[in-house]
Amino acid sequence: MIKKNKGDDKKQWFLYHANLRTKTIVIILISAIVIVSIFIASTFIKDLPTHFINANQMPSFEHPFGTDWMGRDMFQRTIAGLGLSLIVGFIASAISTLISIILGLLSSFNRFADEAVAGVIDLFGSIPHIILIILISIMFGGGVLGVVMGVGLTHWTPLARVLRSEVKEIRTKEYIHLAENLGKSKIWIATKHILPLIVSQIIVGVILMFPHAIMHEAAITFLGFGLPPHEPAIGVILSESMNYLASGSWWLAFYPGISLLIVVLLFDLIGENVEKLLNPETAQE
Amino acid sequence: MNKNQILKFFGYKLIRFVILMIAVAIFSFVLLDLSPIDPVSAYLKGAAVSESQRAILESYFGVNVPLTTKIYHWLVQLIQGNLGTSLIYRAPVTDIILEKFCASAVLMGLSWLLSGVFGFLIGIVAGKNKGSWIDKAVKVYCYAIQSAPSFWVGMLILMVFSIYLGWFPIGFGVPIGVKSTDVTFIDWASRLVLPTLTLSLVGLAPIAMYTRNELIQVLSSDYVLFAKSRGEKGWDLIQNHGIRNILLPAVTLQFLSFSELFGGAVLVEQVFSYPGIGQTAVAAGLQNDVPLFLGIVVVSAIFVFVGNLLADLSYYLIDPRIKESEFSD
Repeated sequence: MIKKNKGDDKKQWFLYHANLRTKTIVIILISAIVIVSIFIASTFIKDLPTHFINANQMPSFEHPFGTDWMGRDMFQRTIAGLGLSLIVGFIASAISTLISIILGLLSSFNRFADEAVAGVIDLFGSIPHIILIILISIMFGGGVLGVVMGVGLTHWTPLARVLRSEVKEIRTKEYIHLAENLGKSKIWIATKHILPLIVSQIIVGVILMFPHAIMHEAAITFLGFGLPPHEPAIGVILSESMNYLASGSWWLAFYPGISLLIVVLLFDLIGENVEKLLNPETAQE
Repeated sequence: MNKNQILKFFGYKLIRFVILMIAVAIFSFVLLDLSPIDPVSAYLKGAAVSESQRAILESYFGVNVPLTTKIYHWLVQLIQGNLGTSLIYRAPVTDIILEKFCASAVLMGLSWLLSGVFGFLIGIVAGKNKGSWIDKAVKVYCYAIQSAPSFWVGMLILMVFSIYLGWFPIGFGVPIGVKSTDVTFIDWASRLVLPTLTLSLVGLAPIAMYTRNELIQVLSSDYVLFAKSRGEKGWDLIQNHGIRNILLPAVTLQFLSFSELFGGAVLVEQVFSYPGIGQTAVAAGLQNDVPLFLGIVVVSAIFVFVGNLLADLSYYLIDPRIKESEFSD
């Protein structure tokens, strides 16, 4: 089985011979370029002109995603929405990562801290995710802040769980005991001895957190929490298109949704490939 | 089998349950108390009242009572089963949750069962034919559906089946103009089909992927090689060595998915206007109905806990190895 796979690797791949590492890097680069270009393009779209003459048009060459009831180009609205989703996803992932790193390192301090971290993870895991996001976004009074905090404060649990078990293993190492005996502080050990070893887990965790954050952002805005109706967020676009489903305007819902799906898939692709590169077992294949 | 061990297991779970519920209750209460929602304004919904009436309402809702006292009252009432009065429905929260949860339970239970059975079967078929077009199709489907927002899948299904084909009504738990108590079984069932289909299609992906990967791992193991050399092949091999090994973790995984199931129900009910607990949660959240929302948070936490408990139980009760090792020593 393994031999066969290796043979496949040596085969021609697209234009030239490539090994797994080159392939992975190429996939990561292409996905990253697509995402970055979506993001940059979205910053140029400010106010979309309304042309009521062109209202509710089917997709055409002029309007690849069709137009909505106000005659706005859906392609531009979708790109703008994806850009907004990316920003929210980015901020939310940053918050979540910070929380999981802090909690992961905190669990290295002593047994009590470890139990407390486990308890908080359990507490957050015991309420369905979407209900928890609604709860937190209500606490922040809704709006953009509510969405960002709701998504950001709830996505740290999987990464924190991984980091906690990593930290548990690292704590049994001899150099940690040595450092403790030398009288180094807990914080010093956590930042100098433990943090460098979990960096690769953190990187992979962050990239895989991103698509979840974007999806939940879309879900929460779809339900009507947070962003006002005129913001071109994907969730808002989709919930607006619900009103036009019955009149047969399928493009209003189809294209924004599939664009979101593609962005999420690209992030998954990047995450998986980065993991392949960082994991020593698969990196040398 | 030792009765003491079983009692110990349930006792431990019970203590955990109580601690977790208290934590969830306090946590959600504090969060909502910190929110800028003013209970009096939420109650009045913009109706004009005089200052003195407002003061009466403020004292009724306990606006100026310290947080610790409020938490104490909330916990005491919660233990007595009194969750307060909903501001939207003007009825006891427990009654509303009970009614809505039953509607959702049918939806969630059916989709849970369907997604589990079909996900497992599809996973087995894909894993057996690794590398074939079936396997590739299953993989593409699973990746796509896991990256797609579930409400969008619901909208597509609604468009195809209700609007283009016209097979099913567009939404609502009962036809317009009919009392919810007078609804016929057929009407009700026809409105259940599409939400169930959506939730099943979405929920099937993780279990199918898991089963596929596990089966491939089992099939590349040494004992399967040995079984093959003894002459076992085809479905017999899968049945004797594959399914026996994979079924239990798959069942456990399915029980652990209660949290996602609930989340999916919230979104899908919103798309199909199905009058379940998810739609009620969204309405309560949007209209600042704090008592109802708190009640739903607690109920959903119980729901997830039950799922996790069943997952643990399935390990203890189904797997003979664990039963022996845990209960005999």
